[in-house]
Amino acid sequence: MLNGLLTGAIYGLVALGLTLVYGVLHIINFAHGALLTLAMYAAFVAWKVFGLDPYVAILPLVPLFYLLGYGVQRYVIGPASRGEDSNILLVTLGLSIVIENMMLAIFRSDTLSVQVPYAMEVVELGPMLLGFPRVVGFGVAFVVALVLFVLLTMTDTGRAIRAVAKERTGAALVGINVNHVYAVTFGIGAACLAVAACLLLPFFYVSPRVGNAFVLVAFTIVVLGGMGSVPGALLGGLFIGVVESLSGLYFGDSLGQIGIFLIFILVLLFRPTGLFGAKA
Amino acid sequence: MIKPDPAFLSVHSVSKRFGGLLAVSDASFTVAEGSITGLIGPNGAGKTTLFAIVSGFEKPTSGNVLWRGEEITGRPPHLLARDGIARTFQIVQPFAGLSVRENIAVGAFLRHRRRAEAIAVAEQVAERVGLSRDLDKPAAALTVAGRKRVELAKALATGPKLLLLDEVLAGLNPSEVRDIVPVIRAIRDGGITVFMIEHVMQAVMNLCEAVHVLAQGRIIAGGTPAQVVRDPAVVEAYLGHGAATRLAGQHA
Amino acid sequence: MSTRDLVPILVFAAVAALLPVFVTANTWLNFAVFTLIICLAAQGWNILGGYGGQYSFGHAAFFGTAAYATAILQVRYGVNPYLGFGFGIAAAAVVGWIIGALSFRSGLRGSYFALVTLAFAEVFRVLANASEMTGGAAGILIRLDVRPENFQFASRATFYWIALALVVAALVVTRALERSRLGAQLVAVRENESAARALGVDALQVKLSAIALSAAITGAAGALYAQYFLYLDANIAYGTWISVEALLAPIIGGAGTVFGPVLGGIILHGLSEFTKSLVGRIPGVDLVIFGILLIVVVRFPPREIPGLIRMWRGRR
Repeated sequence: MLNGLLTGAIYGLVALGLTLVYGVLHIINFAHGALLTLAMYAAFVAWKVFGLDPYVAILPLVPLFYLLGYGVQRYVIGPASRGEDSNILLVTLGLSIVIENMMLAIFRSDTLSVQVPYAMEVVELGPMLLGFPRVVGFGVAFVVALVLFVLLTMTDTGRAIRAVAKERTGAALVGINVNHVYAVTFGIGAACLAVAACLLLPFFYVSPRVGNAFVLVAFTIVVLGGMGSVPGALLGGLFIGVVESLSGLYFGDSLGQIGIFLIFILVLLFRPTGLFGAKA
Repeated sequence: MIKPDPAFLSVHSVSKRFGGLLAVSDASFTVAEGSITGLIGPNGAGKTTLFAIVSGFEKPTSGNVLWRGEEITGRPPHLLARDGIARTFQIVQPFAGLSVRENIAVGAFLRHRRRAEAIAVAEQVAERVGLSRDLDKPAAALTVAGRKRVELAKALATGPKLLLLDEVLAGLNPSEVRDIVPVIRAIRDGGITVFMIEHVMQAVMNLCEAVHVLAQGRIIAGGTPAQVVRDPAVVEAYLGHGAATRLAGQHA
Repeated sequence: MSTRDLVPILVFAAVAALLPVFVTANTWLNFAVFTLIICLAAQGWNILGGYGGQYSFGHAAFFGTAAYATAILQVRYGVNPYLGFGFGIAAAAVVGWIIGALSFRSGLRGSYFALVTLAFAEVFRVLANASEMTGGAAGILIRLDVRPENFQFASRATFYWIALALVVAALVVTRALERSRLGAQLVAVRENESAARALGVDALQVKLSAIALSAAITGAAGALYAQYFLYLDANIAYGTWISVEALLAPIIGGAGTVFGPVLGGIILHGLSEFTKSLVGRIPGVDLVIFGILLIVVVRFPPREIPGLIRMWRGRR
């Protein structure tokens, strides 16, 4: 249960990027899971080839993925979709197919994982023993959320992002470069994924389809927390983490995921604005 | 309960609230069978909301709509269309992927199951609104005036008894307005009652036998066009507070 | 529907039916049958996605339901496979109708509809992977018993013709839909739902009919898959791969056109074979190309290849 809470924070981080992109660009990014996969492979390569500890790899990967996200939105998704909802859906689907299968072609379908000395270490918290990587993940996820919050509220870029999210045409009229802001937002979303990937790697495996396991979870969190809501994403992540560990406990591993899918379907069908009452 | 009203269409103290905003407030009026009736009012008066309520796209917060004595409040649009109430939209909404003929046929399919019949009806209707030469064009390729005609034709093809026209003249130049006014009159002469929201005052004066004036969600006047334009409340609603007295002063 | 409407379909059927006369290698016939199965699944998607504009990301739910239904009926209850085939299609249609009723009633459209269908397919996948009835993770095997009355044939060509007959039937159904009231109303709902409702179109009913028909056709593909390959597991029957293939083919070949899915299916699988012959069997390379093709097709309208050909002809 507590482990679920800890994993949930990382889910929240994955969902954070998704919800940010949704909140600002109003697009559903199907490639989000694939980008996470890509980030996990990048972290894996950093460890395997350059001997970088996944936690250290955060430092180079965050700017790298920011640039990647920026470029993908600015030069692929933006021009290809021409602003149409269904096109965005298809383009991001196309992206996810490309990324996922490129990983498959390069790394094949075997699952890979890193060996770090602290993987099995535990932290004692009163009577409970918690996996060290999960505790770190939990802490860093909150730090990232805080940084993001500060970024969005205190900086000029953040103000521009929020302006575009609220009133796109108006923002364009006062001279904000909307395409740039979109790309920046997408870049931040990708950077969040880079962090999440590095946090996950010490206690999770990598495979070309690993992102899929997270993407529906992330979507669930995003609709649960209210599309576009940053605190909603974190709360939703924690909630889903707990649900997952509980339903895994009761239904066994193979059926465990079903709890999440059912929540997802129910929320979509009955409360498309989210449980934590986001903006309409 | 409400007594059956002899009127063709009657709206009884309808109100509509969106959150804190009262878009329509206690509006009552009737539309007589065989008439061309207008609904006018300044921007934001709630005309479109009232229209949406009559055509089943919005449910009123309170009040009722009666159609030939029958309660139809909140009945969904596709059922109202079956009952004989058709509407057009202010922002014309042609089916972009379809030709003009197919656009109109969608309306005709309501009362004609077979494609051949529906197409035949569509072609007749196109004739009535002056679209015969554009039947094979994609609807999206027409000019604004052409698209307004398609909008009209689609609604007509459903075989309505009452036609609700939402600013069908808006966005047209004077000569285009002159062209379409007789079309609307011919529709009425063909036995279809017309109820129209309109901004183009000249056309309203020309076409309508009766006019209701909506301002800030309330019906503030009603009568013949000539009566309505002389009504001080109407002049104030359009031109601002005190305008009526100023105008009266000028004329004196 | 007039005879003239059917001419292109008949021409296609006649030409395609001749293939086994010229191509006898089993690997090629295998490839052809598989491509036809994908085309059939895509034709199903095209009804709802192409004509109805409701992009489903979870057509695997229908493919898998029909596949499992026919396999389970045959293996566990000894039901004749032809009968089971019909049951499979019916089961897919029912599942389609239910998913449609739940999502369309809640007013889901666009991306939300795509997400919810994806989630439904995943629920089915997880259930099928865990249930006794479906053979769980080990999958379900239909016993090899080559007899025509058992839907198993000594010659692959026979199977090819059956698959072709189903694809042609779906072409005819699609053409008939185009010419029908339901078809006109469906396109009207796709283009503008509120305008359609104002013209007396019961949008919910129209979408439900479309999703049931769509699911039935994709279901036929699933049932055919089961009878041809004689093996299913959850990742095959309810896997994302089939949802993606069913969507890619019409989008690339021309969504909302009669021949779009077939054209797209042939292009995609032709391309995939071609890349395999170029770079060898590196897994994923063909899909990378599909993905790029999808982005390119969305980027450069007109998206229908017939449209492009017409443009190209016009330019000459």
